[in-house]
Amino acid sequence: MTALRLVDVSARLGGRTILHEVNLEIPDGARLGIVGVNGAGKSTLLRVLAGVLSPHAGTALLNGADMRRIPARDRARRLSFVPQEDVGTPELRVGEMVALGRVPQTRPWSRDSRAEHDLVRAALAAVGLADRIDTACDQLSGGERRRAVLARGLAQQCPIMLLDEPTNHLDVAWQLEMLDVFAARARTLVATLHDLDLALRFFDLLAVVGFERPGEPAGIVAFGPPAEVLDAARVATHFGVGSVQVPHPSRDQTHLLIHPREDTPPA
Amino acid sequence: MRPGFRLPFRPLLLVLAVTAVLSVVASLAFGSEHIPLPEVVDAVTDRFTGQDPGRWDVIIWELRLPRALMALVVGAGLAVAGAGMQTLVRNPLADPYLLGISSGASVGATAAITTGALAGFGIYAVSTGALLGAVGSALLIWLIAMAQGGLTPLRLVLSGVVLSSGLSAIASLLVFLSDDARAANSVMFWMLGSVGGATWEKLAIPAVLVAVVIVGMLGVHRWLDALAAGPETAASLGINVAGMRTTLFVGLSVLVGVLVAVSGGVGFVGLIVPHAARLVVGARHRVVLPVAAVAGAVFLVWVDVLARMVVRPQEIPLGVVTGVLGAPLFLLLMGRGAYRFGGDR
Repeated sequence: MTALRLVDVSARLGGRTILHEVNLEIPDGARLGIVGVNGAGKSTLLRVLAGVLSPHAGTALLNGADMRRIPARDRARRLSFVPQEDVGTPELRVGEMVALGRVPQTRPWSRDSRAEHDLVRAALAAVGLADRIDTACDQLSGGERRRAVLARGLAQQCPIMLLDEPTNHLDVAWQLEMLDVFAARARTLVATLHDLDLALRFFDLLAVVGFERPGEPAGIVAFGPPAEVLDAARVATHFGVGSVQVPHPSRDQTHLLIHPREDTPPA
Repeated sequence: MRPGFRLPFRPLLLVLAVTAVLSVVASLAFGSEHIPLPEVVDAVTDRFTGQDPGRWDVIIWELRLPRALMALVVGAGLAVAGAGMQTLVRNPLADPYLLGISSGASVGATAAITTGALAGFGIYAVSTGALLGAVGSALLIWLIAMAQGGLTPLRLVLSGVVLSSGLSAIASLLVFLSDDARAANSVMFWMLGSVGGATWEKLAIPAVLVAVVIVGMLGVHRWLDALAAGPETAASLGINVAGMRTTLFVGLSVLVGVLVAVSGGVGFVGLIVPHAARLVVGARHRVVLPVAAVAGAVFLVWVDVLARMVVRPQEIPLGVVTGVLGAPLFLLLMGRGAYRFGGDR
């Protein structure tokens, strides 16, 4: 069973082809990380997977069905998507903004319910903002606002959750914890990330978005278990840095150490 | 007002609603002929109790009551239209006339007067011209936006502003070319507004339409909240953004077109009342729309009283009063709280 699937998907933005003939299969229950350099097309890929950007060519499938045939509301009940630059709605209170996550579940003329309030409270508690429910969104710091927006994604309570750079703006503790918070609540989790070390440890699948040849539209250049995907040669080719996978001295986990490439002196 | 301070929604709405009823009754006392309040109440209640009509019956029931109710309906409609327009284009400067509707109406009305083209509509010729002009300008904006790729906020704002100035120029040209003094008055009326010509017949359509739009918008209050959060967020929350924008655009165009046709373009109400409502009850549409509607209604009832009292027996246009009264009121309200809308502080 696949949660999400892309078949020969090309995507364009403003007349420019960003992604070219991408094929991707995300199994149900997977934790997939999407990595790649700035401008490679990670966000575009995620937006196609989330159904907010229609492919220029090819098909995006959600639970085996063509995304174009799924009404937006049904889609939003099955997958939640938190965009990268979403900083919330400044004129709303934190609790009101998080309650927007319940929009796909509510009917016209519906009023606020106790159950909904509890869900909002729980989502905010999960991101450590339970005490800020009545604070105006614009009173939050950048990192707190990011967490509040992520709480909106949690409140949507979907089996599939897609996050565009969920660790942006977060302090180190929350960078480590935020992905766990989502992993505990989503069956299938897909996130873009810049921290390759965290990507190596957290996900069970990684996709590298990059360019086969310079100047051509991007595609998925590698896909598989993180330890294989992030081998030194590929990291050097697609991220322009040297790297080595080393075991943690006292914990049972592998880390990725990043260093400047030896063959090219820093510009 | 400390940041985050809000008035409780239900009590506030109740107080406003009671104020609206009292305002309408009280406003009946004012006019070229002052009627003492007890006699106003008698004249109103006589019709319900089946007593013989008193000496004020005609003035109250045929002139002042339809007029007060028209002010009530137009005020409520403009406030809701303004709130909707601000959400549609995600811009705090948006008002109901953003889409060139009042300028379009003034072109239509002026053309009807100077060319006599719609004489077949009799006493409704000018209103019909205004309605055609209003709908025409909204249609033009829609065509322009769609030809360029969709009803996006920036496109709507820019083409609306540009078309408004273009249409105002055409209205002025029509006045300039015409010897008819009524043409100049007509432009003045359609730019600044009046409910002086209100009758029971004219009241029906706008009243029903305002009620339908308010109920409809309240039905989708959460979707409107989501739309206000931005297109990407709205789409991820399951909103059909293009469909929602089109529906809102069409609904607001028809509403504002009809309001302009019956009362001209009353400025300022649709701009400041929604902001004032957000300031006191927060930005969710479920609370903003009812509060803005009733507050706009009360506001315009009293504006109309001032408009006919200040330089009695002359009447000044409503837009003049709303501007003179509304600007300082709003600045006072805004200056004390931390108010944000659409990302601007």
